Amino acid sequence: MQFTINGQPYQAEADIRTSLLDLLREHLSLTGSKKGCDHGQCGACTVLVNGRRINACLTLAVMHQDDDIVTIEGLGTPDKLHPLQAAFVKHDGFQCGYCTPGQICSAVGMLDEVQKGWPSHVSADLHDADFTDDEIRERMSGNICRCSAYPNIVDAIREVADTKAEASA
Amino acid sequence: MKLFDYAKADSAETAVREGAGRDTKFIAGGTNLLDLMKLQIETPARLVDISRLPLNDIEEIDGGGVRIGALVPNSDLAAHPIIRDRYEVLSRALLAGASGQLRNKASTGGNLLQRTRCYYFYETAARCNKRVPGSGCDAKDGFNRILAVLGTSEACIATHPSDMAVAMRALDATIVTLGQDGEKRRIAIGDFYRLPGDTPDVENALRPGELITHIELPAPPAGKQTYRKVRDRASYAFALVSVAGIVAVKDGKIASARLAFGGLGPMPWRDEGVERVLVGQAPSDALFGEAADVLLREARGFGSNDFKIPLTRRTLVATLRELTA
Repeated sequence: MQFTINGQPYQAEADIRTSLLDLLREHLSLTGSKKGCDHGQCGACTVLVNGRRINACLTLAVMHQDDDIVTIEGLGTPDKLHPLQAAFVKHDGFQCGYCTPGQICSAVGMLDEVQKGWPSHVSADLHDADFTDDEIRERMSGNICRCSAYPNIVDAIREVADTKAEASA
Repeated sequence: MKLFDYAKADSAETAVREGAGRDTKFIAGGTNLLDLMKLQIETPARLVDISRLPLNDIEEIDGGGVRIGALVPNSDLAAHPIIRDRYEVLSRALLAGASGQLRNKASTGGNLLQRTRCYYFYETAARCNKRVPGSGCDAKDGFNRILAVLGTSEACIATHPSDMAVAMRALDATIVTLGQDGEKRRIAIGDFYRLPGDTPDVENALRPGELITHIELPAPPAGKQTYRKVRDRASYAFALVSVAGIVAVKDGKIASARLAFGGLGPMPWRDEGVERVLVGQAPSDALFGEAADVLLREARGFGSNDFKIPLTRRTLVATLRELTA
Protein backbone atom coordinates (compact mmCIF):
# COMPACT_ATOMS: atom_id res chain seq x y z
CA MET A 1 0.00 0.00 0.00
CA GLN A 2 1.14 3.54 -0.72
CA PHE A 3 0.32 6.67 1.22
CA THR A 4 1.02 10.39 1.36
CA ILE A 5 1.46 11.49 4.94
CA ASN A 6 2.61 14.93 6.01
CA GLY A 7 3.60 15.54 2.40
CA GLN A 8 5.91 12.50 2.30
CA PRO A 9 5.38 9.26 0.36
CA TYR A 10 5.21 6.08 2.45
CA GLN A 11 4.95 2.40 1.53
CA ALA A 12 3.78 -0.37 3.77
CA GLU A 13 2.78 -4.01 3.61
CA ALA A 14 -0.11 -4.49 5.97
CA ASP A 15 -3.03 -6.81 6.64
CA ILE A 16 -6.20 -5.64 4.88
CA ARG A 17 -7.81 -5.17 8.32
CA THR A 18 -5.29 -2.51 9.36
CA SER A 19 -6.94 0.70 10.52
CA LEU A 20 -5.41 4.00 9.46
CA LEU A 21 -4.40 4.49 13.10
CA ASP A 22 -2.58 1.15 13.32
CA LEU A 23 -0.89 1.84 9.98
CA LEU A 24 0.47 5.13 11.33
CA ARG A 25 1.58 3.78 14.69
CA GLU A 26 2.56 0.17 14.06
CA HIS A 27 3.80 0.23 10.47
CA LEU A 28 5.16 3.74 9.91
CA SER A 29 6.34 4.65 13.43
CA LEU A 30 4.23 7.81 13.41
CA THR A 31 3.23 7.35 17.03
CA GLY A 32 1.97 10.90 17.61
CA SER A 33 -1.59 9.80 16.88
CA LYS A 34 -2.79 7.95 19.97
CA LYS A 35 -5.02 4.94 20.52
CA GLY A 36 -7.51 5.46 23.34
CA CYS A 37 -10.79 3.63 22.87
CA ASP A 38 -10.24 2.38 19.28
CA HIS A 39 -13.99 2.90 18.69
CA GLY A 40 -14.32 6.55 17.72
CA GLN A 41 -15.46 7.65 21.14
CA CYS A 42 -12.41 9.43 22.56
CA GLY A 43 -10.86 11.33 19.65
CA ALA A 44 -7.22 10.61 20.63
CA CYS A 45 -6.59 9.26 17.12
CA THR A 46 -7.88 12.33 15.27
CA VAL A 47 -5.96 13.09 12.06
CA LEU A 48 -6.66 15.29 9.04
CA VAL A 49 -7.56 13.54 5.78
CA ASN A 50 -7.82 15.91 2.82
CA GLY A 51 -8.03 18.69 5.40
CA ARG A 52 -10.94 17.15 7.33
CA ARG A 53 -10.66 15.80 10.86
CA ILE A 54 -11.61 12.13 11.23
CA ASN A 55 -11.08 9.28 13.69
CA ALA A 56 -8.15 7.27 12.29
CA CYS A 57 -9.26 4.23 14.32
CA LEU A 58 -12.59 3.93 12.49
CA THR A 59 -11.31 3.71 8.95
CA LEU A 60 -9.27 1.21 6.99
CA ALA A 61 -5.80 2.23 5.79
CA VAL A 62 -6.46 0.60 2.42
CA MET A 63 -9.26 3.12 1.79
CA HIS A 64 -6.90 6.11 2.06
CA GLN A 65 -4.14 5.40 -0.41
CA ASP A 66 -5.11 8.35 -2.62
CA ASP A 67 -5.57 10.83 0.20
CA ASP A 68 -3.54 13.62 1.72
CA ILE A 69 -3.07 12.59 5.37
CA VAL A 70 -1.75 14.98 8.04
CA THR A 71 -0.88 13.86 11.55
CA ILE A 72 0.39 15.80 14.57
CA GLU A 73 3.94 15.16 13.28
CA GLY A 74 3.06 17.18 10.17
CA LEU A 75 1.71 20.24 11.96
CA GLY A 76 4.80 21.60 13.66
CA THR A 77 8.26 20.71 14.93
CA PRO A 78 9.83 21.26 18.37
CA ASP A 79 11.64 24.30 16.94
CA LYS A 80 8.69 25.65 15.05
CA LEU A 81 5.46 24.82 16.80
CA HIS A 82 2.08 25.11 15.10
CA PRO A 83 0.15 28.03 16.68
CA LEU A 84 -2.20 25.58 18.38
CA GLN A 85 0.72 23.59 19.78
CA ALA A 86 2.24 26.81 21.14
CA ALA A 87 -1.12 27.86 22.60
CA PHE A 88 -1.62 24.46 24.32
CA VAL A 89 1.82 24.87 25.94
CA LYS A 90 1.15 28.48 26.95
CA HIS A 91 -2.29 27.73 28.43
CA ASP A 92 -1.31 24.38 29.93
CA GLY A 93 -3.98 22.66 27.84
CA PHE A 94 -3.08 19.18 29.07
CA GLN A 95 -1.89 17.19 32.04
CA CYS A 96 -0.84 13.70 30.96
CA GLY A 97 -0.77 14.76 27.29
CA TYR A 98 -2.19 11.55 25.85
CA CYS A 99 -5.23 13.19 24.24
CA THR A 100 -3.29 16.28 23.12
CA PRO A 101 -2.28 15.27 19.56
CA GLY A 102 -5.91 14.38 18.87
CA GLN A 103 -7.14 17.59 20.51
CA ILE A 104 -4.78 19.68 18.38
CA CYS A 105 -5.54 17.92 15.07
CA SER A 106 -9.24 18.17 15.90
CA ALA A 107 -8.93 21.89 16.69
CA VAL A 108 -7.13 22.52 13.39
CA GLY A 109 -9.96 20.82 11.50
CA MET A 110 -12.60 22.50 13.64
CA LEU A 111 -11.25 26.03 13.07
CA ASP A 112 -11.30 25.33 9.34
CA GLU A 113 -14.96 24.26 9.63
CA VAL A 114 -15.70 27.52 11.47
CA GLN A 115 -13.95 29.48 8.72
CA LYS A 116 -16.18 27.74 6.16
CA GLY A 117 -19.19 28.96 8.14
CA TRP A 118 -20.40 25.52 9.23
CA PRO A 119 -22.98 25.72 12.01
CA SER A 120 -23.05 23.57 15.15
CA HIS A 121 -25.68 22.15 17.49
CA VAL A 122 -25.41 25.23 19.75
CA SER A 123 -25.62 27.82 16.95
CA ALA A 124 -28.88 29.74 17.52
CA ASP A 125 -28.73 30.87 13.89
CA LEU A 126 -27.61 28.23 11.38
CA HIS A 127 -26.31 30.96 9.08
CA ASP A 128 -24.43 33.24 11.40
CA ALA A 129 -22.93 31.78 14.55
CA ASP A 130 -20.93 33.81 17.06
CA PHE A 131 -17.84 31.82 17.91
CA THR A 132 -18.49 31.58 21.64
CA ASP A 133 -16.78 29.28 24.15
CA ASP A 134 -19.95 27.15 24.01
CA GLU A 135 -19.28 26.71 20.29
CA ILE A 136 -15.74 25.53 21.07
CA ARG A 137 -16.99 23.07 23.69
CA GLU A 138 -19.72 21.67 21.42
CA ARG A 139 -17.48 21.39 18.37
CA MET A 140 -14.69 19.70 20.39
CA SER A 141 -17.01 17.19 22.11
CA GLY A 142 -15.52 14.32 20.13
CA ASN A 143 -12.23 14.73 22.04
CA ILE A 144 -12.21 13.45 25.59
CA CYS A 145 -9.60 14.53 28.16
CA ARG A 146 -9.51 12.20 31.16
CA CYS A 147 -7.38 14.71 33.07
CA SER A 148 -10.17 17.21 32.41
CA ALA A 149 -7.94 20.02 31.15
CA TYR A 150 -10.95 21.36 29.30
CA PRO A 151 -10.91 24.98 30.55
CA ASN A 152 -7.31 25.41 29.40
CA ILE A 153 -7.97 23.61 26.11
CA VAL A 154 -10.79 26.07 25.43
CA ASP A 155 -8.48 28.99 26.32
CA ALA A 156 -5.78 27.72 23.95
CA ILE A 157 -8.19 27.29 21.06
CA ARG A 158 -9.83 30.65 21.84
CA GLU A 159 -6.50 32.44 21.59
CA VAL A 160 -5.65 30.92 18.21
CA ALA A 161 -9.16 31.55 16.87
CA ASP A 162 -9.04 35.19 17.99
CA THR A 163 -5.57 35.68 16.47
CA LYS A 164 -6.81 34.20 13.18
CA ALA A 165 -9.89 36.42 13.26
CA GLU A 166 -7.75 39.54 13.87
CA ALA A 167 -5.33 38.57 11.10
CA SER A 168 -8.16 38.24 8.60
CA ALA A 169 -10.02 41.36 9.82
CA MET B 1 -11.70 -8.52 13.46
CA LYS B 2 -12.35 -11.46 11.14
CA LEU B 3 -10.45 -11.53 7.89
CA PHE B 4 -12.33 -10.35 4.80
CA ASP B 5 -11.78 -9.82 1.10
CA TYR B 6 -11.75 -6.24 -0.09
CA ALA B 7 -12.84 -4.84 -3.44
CA LYS B 8 -13.11 -1.24 -4.52
CA ALA B 9 -16.10 -0.43 -6.72
CA ASP B 10 -15.62 1.96 -9.61
CA SER B 11 -19.30 2.35 -10.44
CA ALA B 12 -22.64 1.80 -8.76
CA GLU B 13 -23.32 -1.02 -11.20
CA THR B 14 -20.09 -2.83 -10.28
CA ALA B 15 -20.80 -2.26 -6.61
CA VAL B 16 -24.20 -3.90 -6.90
CA ARG B 17 -22.75 -6.84 -8.80
CA GLU B 18 -19.97 -7.26 -6.23
CA GLY B 19 -22.40 -6.69 -3.38
CA ALA B 20 -24.58 -9.65 -4.30
CA GLY B 21 -22.10 -12.18 -2.92
CA ARG B 22 -22.70 -14.08 0.29
CA ASP B 23 -21.75 -12.25 3.51
CA THR B 24 -20.86 -9.13 1.56
CA LYS B 25 -21.21 -5.63 2.93
CA PHE B 26 -20.77 -2.21 1.37
CA ILE B 27 -18.43 0.13 3.20
CA ALA B 28 -18.67 3.92 2.83
CA GLY B 29 -17.75 5.97 5.92
CA GLY B 30 -17.32 2.78 7.93
CA THR B 31 -17.82 4.51 11.28
CA ASN B 32 -20.47 2.05 12.44
CA LEU B 33 -19.51 -1.02 10.41
CA LEU B 34 -15.84 -1.08 11.49
CA ASP B 35 -16.84 -0.47 15.10
CA LEU B 36 -19.05 -3.58 14.89
CA MET B 37 -16.46 -5.60 12.95
CA LYS B 38 -13.85 -4.97 15.65
CA LEU B 39 -16.24 -6.53 18.15
CA GLN B 40 -17.09 -9.35 15.70
CA ILE B 41 -20.75 -8.39 15.79
CA GLU B 42 -20.50 -7.91 12.04
CA THR B 43 -18.30 -10.50 10.33
CA PRO B 44 -18.57 -9.94 6.57
CA ALA B 45 -16.56 -12.23 4.34
CA ARG B 46 -16.18 -9.46 1.79
CA LEU B 47 -16.23 -5.66 1.85
CA VAL B 48 -17.07 -3.66 -1.24
CA ASP B 49 -15.66 -0.15 -0.90
CA ILE B 50 -18.17 2.31 -2.36
CA SER B 51 -16.56 5.39 -0.81
CA ARG B 52 -15.24 6.79 -4.08
CA LEU B 53 -18.40 6.42 -6.16
CA PRO B 54 -19.73 9.70 -7.57
CA LEU B 55 -22.71 9.89 -5.20
CA ASN B 56 -21.62 13.09 -3.51
CA ASP B 57 -23.94 15.74 -4.88
CA ILE B 58 -26.83 17.65 -3.40
CA GLU B 59 -29.03 18.99 -6.16
CA GLU B 60 -32.44 20.57 -6.58
CA ILE B 61 -35.06 18.48 -8.35
CA ASP B 62 -38.37 19.20 -10.06
CA GLY B 63 -41.16 20.08 -7.68
CA GLY B 64 -38.93 22.08 -5.32
CA GLY B 65 -37.28 19.15 -3.60
CA VAL B 66 -33.68 18.04 -3.26
CA ARG B 67 -31.74 14.89 -4.15
CA ILE B 68 -28.92 13.91 -1.81
CA GLY B 69 -26.20 11.49 -2.91
CA ALA B 70 -25.88 8.55 -0.53
CA LEU B 71 -22.19 9.32 0.05
CA VAL B 72 -22.62 12.95 1.10
CA PRO B 73 -20.96 13.15 4.52
CA ASN B 74 -23.20 14.13 7.42
CA SER B 75 -21.22 17.37 7.99
CA ASP B 76 -21.60 18.50 4.40
CA LEU B 77 -25.32 17.75 4.42
CA ALA B 78 -25.85 19.70 7.65
CA ALA B 79 -23.90 22.69 6.31
CA HIS B 80 -25.29 22.76 2.77
CA PRO B 81 -27.01 26.10 2.02
CA ILE B 82 -30.20 24.47 0.69
CA ILE B 83 -30.52 22.21 3.72
CA ARG B 84 -29.82 25.05 6.16
CA ASP B 85 -32.27 27.36 4.38
CA ARG B 86 -35.20 25.05 3.67
CA TYR B 87 -34.75 21.92 5.80
CA GLU B 88 -33.58 23.33 9.11
CA VAL B 89 -34.95 20.28 10.95
CA LEU B 90 -32.53 18.09 9.02
CA SER B 91 -29.50 20.33 9.63
CA ARG B 92 -30.39 20.47 13.31
CA ALA B 93 -30.87 16.71 13.59
CA LEU B 94 -27.52 16.00 11.93
CA LEU B 95 -25.72 18.51 14.14
CA ALA B 96 -27.28 16.93 17.23
CA GLY B 97 -25.70 13.58 16.40
CA ALA B 98 -22.21 12.14 16.92
CA SER B 99 -19.04 14.30 16.89
CA GLY B 100 -17.38 16.56 14.33
CA GLN B 101 -14.94 13.80 13.36
CA LEU B 102 -17.69 11.21 12.88
CA ARG B 103 -19.94 13.56 10.92
CA ASN B 104 -17.02 14.25 8.56
CA LYS B 105 -16.80 10.54 7.73
CA ALA B 106 -20.30 9.10 8.13
CA SER B 107 -22.37 8.99 4.93
CA THR B 108 -26.03 9.81 4.42
CA GLY B 109 -26.86 6.26 3.28
CA GLY B 110 -24.87 4.71 6.10
CA ASN B 111 -26.56 6.88 8.68
CA LEU B 112 -29.93 5.40 7.64
CA LEU B 113 -28.50 1.89 8.12
CA GLN B 114 -26.91 2.38 11.55
CA ARG B 115 -27.40 -0.52 13.93
CA THR B 116 -28.83 -0.12 17.40
CA ARG B 117 -26.66 0.88 20.38
CA CYS B 118 -28.51 -1.53 22.70
CA TYR B 119 -25.91 -2.66 25.26
CA TYR B 120 -26.92 -6.30 24.79
CA PHE B 121 -26.50 -6.13 21.02
CA TYR B 122 -22.95 -4.90 21.64
CA GLU B 123 -22.14 -7.40 24.41
CA THR B 124 -21.42 -10.68 22.67
CA ALA B 125 -21.67 -12.63 25.94
CA ALA B 126 -25.33 -11.56 26.25
CA ARG B 127 -28.34 -13.03 24.47
CA CYS B 128 -29.61 -10.90 21.61
CA ASN B 129 -32.11 -11.91 18.93
CA LYS B 130 -30.91 -9.15 16.64
CA ARG B 131 -27.28 -10.33 16.77
CA VAL B 132 -27.95 -14.08 17.03
CA PRO B 133 -31.52 -14.84 15.87
CA GLY B 134 -33.36 -17.11 18.29
CA SER B 135 -30.88 -16.65 21.16
CA GLY B 136 -33.20 -14.56 23.36
CA CYS B 137 -33.21 -11.00 24.68
CA ASP B 138 -31.34 -10.00 27.84
CA ALA B 139 -32.38 -6.36 27.45
CA LYS B 140 -36.01 -6.80 28.53
CA ASP B 141 -35.02 -7.66 32.10
CA GLY B 142 -31.72 -5.83 32.01
CA PHE B 143 -30.41 -2.27 31.95
CA ASN B 144 -32.85 -0.94 29.41
CA ARG B 145 -32.76 2.78 30.22
CA ILE B 146 -31.94 3.73 26.61
CA LEU B 147 -34.28 1.24 24.92
CA ALA B 148 -37.66 1.39 23.21
CA VAL B 149 -41.16 1.95 24.57
CA LEU B 150 -43.00 1.82 21.23
CA GLY B 151 -43.02 -0.83 18.50
CA THR B 152 -41.25 -3.44 20.62
CA SER B 153 -41.81 -7.18 20.41
CA GLU B 154 -41.14 -10.12 22.71
CA ALA B 155 -37.97 -10.67 20.69
CA CYS B 156 -36.50 -7.16 20.74
CA ILE B 157 -36.75 -3.75 22.43
CA ALA B 158 -33.87 -2.03 20.61
CA THR B 159 -34.09 1.56 19.35
CA HIS B 160 -32.92 2.94 16.05
CA PRO B 161 -30.10 5.35 16.91
CA SER B 162 -30.20 7.88 14.06
CA ASP B 163 -31.14 11.53 14.50
CA MET B 164 -30.93 12.23 10.77
CA ALA B 165 -33.47 9.54 9.91
CA VAL B 166 -35.97 11.05 12.35
CA ALA B 167 -35.85 14.38 10.51
CA MET B 168 -36.10 12.56 7.19
CA ARG B 169 -39.18 10.69 8.45
CA ALA B 170 -40.84 14.01 9.27
CA LEU B 171 -39.84 15.30 5.82
CA ASP B 172 -41.25 12.24 3.99
CA ALA B 173 -37.95 11.31 2.38
CA THR B 174 -37.73 8.71 -0.38
CA ILE B 175 -34.84 6.26 -0.49
CA VAL B 176 -33.64 5.52 -4.02
CA THR B 177 -31.79 2.26 -4.59
CA LEU B 178 -30.10 0.28 -7.30
CA GLY B 179 -30.77 -3.46 -7.29
CA GLN B 180 -29.21 -6.56 -8.76
CA ASP B 181 -30.75 -6.45 -12.21
CA GLY B 182 -30.16 -2.71 -12.57
CA GLU B 183 -33.61 -2.07 -11.14
CA LYS B 184 -34.05 1.31 -9.47
CA ARG B 185 -36.46 1.31 -6.55
CA ARG B 186 -37.99 4.25 -4.73
CA ILE B 187 -38.89 3.39 -1.16
CA ALA B 188 -40.79 5.84 1.05
CA ILE B 189 -38.97 6.16 4.37
CA GLY B 190 -42.22 5.12 6.06
CA ASP B 191 -41.96 1.77 4.27
CA PHE B 192 -38.20 1.39 4.63
CA TYR B 193 -37.81 0.25 8.23
CA ARG B 194 -39.25 -2.97 9.68
CA LEU B 195 -40.76 -3.55 13.11
CA PRO B 196 -38.81 -6.28 14.94
CA GLY B 197 -41.60 -8.86 15.35
CA ASP B 198 -39.99 -12.31 15.45
CA THR B 199 -37.12 -11.25 13.16
CA PRO B 200 -35.34 -8.26 14.70
CA ASP B 201 -32.28 -9.07 12.59
CA VAL B 202 -34.26 -7.84 9.55
CA GLU B 203 -34.26 -4.06 9.92
CA ASN B 204 -35.22 -2.63 6.55
CA ALA B 205 -36.60 -3.32 3.09
CA LEU B 206 -33.25 -3.61 1.28
CA ARG B 207 -32.63 -6.81 -0.67
CA PRO B 208 -29.24 -8.53 -0.71
CA GLY B 209 -26.75 -6.41 -2.64
CA GLU B 210 -29.18 -3.53 -3.09
CA LEU B 211 -27.40 -0.18 -2.86
CA ILE B 212 -28.82 3.10 -1.61
CA THR B 213 -27.78 5.68 -4.23
CA HIS B 214 -29.78 8.76 -3.22
CA ILE B 215 -32.24 10.15 -0.74
CA GLU B 216 -34.84 12.55 -2.07
CA LEU B 217 -36.72 15.13 -0.06
CA PRO B 218 -39.92 16.64 -1.39
CA ALA B 219 -40.35 20.43 -1.31
CA PRO B 220 -40.09 21.65 2.27
CA PRO B 221 -43.45 21.71 4.06
CA ALA B 222 -44.88 25.00 5.29
CA GLY B 223 -44.27 26.03 8.87
CA LYS B 224 -41.61 26.25 11.52
CA GLN B 225 -39.12 23.40 11.83
CA THR B 226 -37.21 22.21 14.86
CA TYR B 227 -35.36 19.21 16.25
CA ARG B 228 -35.41 18.79 20.01
CA LYS B 229 -33.16 16.11 21.49
CA VAL B 230 -33.07 15.02 25.12
CA ARG B 231 -30.01 13.01 26.16
CA ASP B 232 -27.89 12.13 29.17
CA ARG B 233 -25.01 14.43 28.07
CA ALA B 234 -25.28 17.82 26.41
CA SER B 235 -23.24 16.70 23.41
CA TYR B 236 -22.11 13.53 21.66
CA ALA B 237 -24.75 11.17 23.04
CA PHE B 238 -27.66 9.23 21.58
CA ALA B 239 -31.20 10.45 22.16
CA LEU B 240 -33.30 9.31 25.07
CA VAL B 241 -36.15 11.06 23.30
CA SER B 242 -36.07 13.34 20.29
CA VAL B 243 -38.72 15.11 18.25
CA ALA B 244 -38.47 16.38 14.69
CA GLY B 245 -41.35 18.79 14.25
CA ILE B 246 -42.70 20.89 11.39
CA VAL B 247 -45.85 22.83 12.27
CA ALA B 248 -47.69 25.60 10.42
CA VAL B 249 -50.18 27.87 12.21
CA LYS B 250 -52.70 29.92 10.24
CA ASP B 251 -55.41 32.20 11.63
CA GLY B 252 -54.80 30.91 15.14
CA LYS B 253 -55.20 27.23 14.17
CA ILE B 254 -52.73 24.52 13.36
CA ALA B 255 -52.82 24.18 9.57
CA SER B 256 -50.42 21.27 9.27
CA ALA B 257 -48.19 19.21 11.53
CA ARG B 258 -45.54 16.60 10.97
CA LEU B 259 -43.90 14.95 13.95
CA ALA B 260 -41.34 12.15 14.06
CA PHE B 261 -39.64 10.73 17.12
CA GLY B 262 -36.25 9.25 17.95
CA GLY B 263 -35.17 7.17 20.93
CA LEU B 264 -38.62 5.64 21.34
CA GLY B 265 -38.83 2.79 18.86
CA PRO B 266 -37.05 0.40 16.54
CA MET B 267 -37.39 2.90 13.69
CA PRO B 268 -37.77 6.64 13.36
CA TRP B 269 -41.30 6.81 14.74
CA ARG B 270 -44.22 8.62 13.17
CA ASP B 271 -47.86 8.30 14.08
CA GLU B 272 -50.17 10.27 11.84
CA GLY B 273 -52.93 9.93 14.43
CA VAL B 274 -50.94 12.40 16.55
CA GLU B 275 -50.88 14.88 13.69
CA ARG B 276 -54.62 14.48 13.07
CA VAL B 277 -55.36 15.44 16.66
CA LEU B 278 -53.57 18.74 16.13
CA VAL B 279 -54.63 19.88 12.67
CA GLY B 280 -57.51 22.36 12.58
CA GLN B 281 -57.29 23.10 16.32
CA ALA B 282 -56.10 26.13 18.23
CA PRO B 283 -52.78 25.42 19.95
CA SER B 284 -53.03 24.82 23.70
CA ASP B 285 -51.35 22.67 26.32
CA ALA B 286 -54.57 20.64 26.62
CA LEU B 287 -54.46 19.89 22.90
CA PHE B 288 -50.77 18.99 23.05
CA GLY B 289 -51.58 16.64 25.93
CA GLU B 290 -54.22 14.92 23.79
CA ALA B 291 -51.62 14.49 21.04
CA ALA B 292 -49.26 12.90 23.57
CA ASP B 293 -52.07 10.58 24.73
CA VAL B 294 -52.45 9.31 21.16
CA LEU B 295 -48.71 8.91 20.64
CA LEU B 296 -48.26 7.01 23.90
CA ARG B 297 -51.48 4.97 24.02
CA GLU B 298 -49.58 1.72 23.43
CA ALA B 299 -46.30 2.72 25.05
CA ARG B 300 -44.81 0.08 27.32
CA GLY B 301 -41.80 0.48 29.57
CA PHE B 302 -39.46 -2.30 30.68
CA GLY B 303 -38.40 -0.98 34.08
CA SER B 304 -35.40 1.26 33.68
CA ASN B 305 -36.89 3.00 30.65
CA ASP B 306 -40.34 3.69 32.14
CA PHE B 307 -39.29 7.32 32.55
CA LYS B 308 -39.26 7.74 28.79
CA ILE B 309 -43.05 7.75 28.67
CA PRO B 310 -43.58 10.91 30.78
CA LEU B 311 -40.38 12.39 29.32
CA THR B 312 -41.78 11.97 25.81
CA ARG B 313 -45.00 13.68 26.85
CA ARG B 314 -43.12 16.70 28.22
CA THR B 315 -40.75 16.84 25.26
CA LEU B 316 -43.63 16.75 22.78
CA VAL B 317 -45.52 19.49 24.63
CA ALA B 318 -42.39 21.67 24.79
CA THR B 319 -41.70 21.14 21.09
CA LEU B 320 -45.27 22.02 20.12
CA ARG B 321 -45.20 25.14 22.31
CA GLU B 322 -42.02 26.25 20.53
CA LEU B 323 -43.43 25.55 17.07
CA THR B 324 -46.77 27.30 17.65
CA ALA B 325 -45.47 30.28 19.63
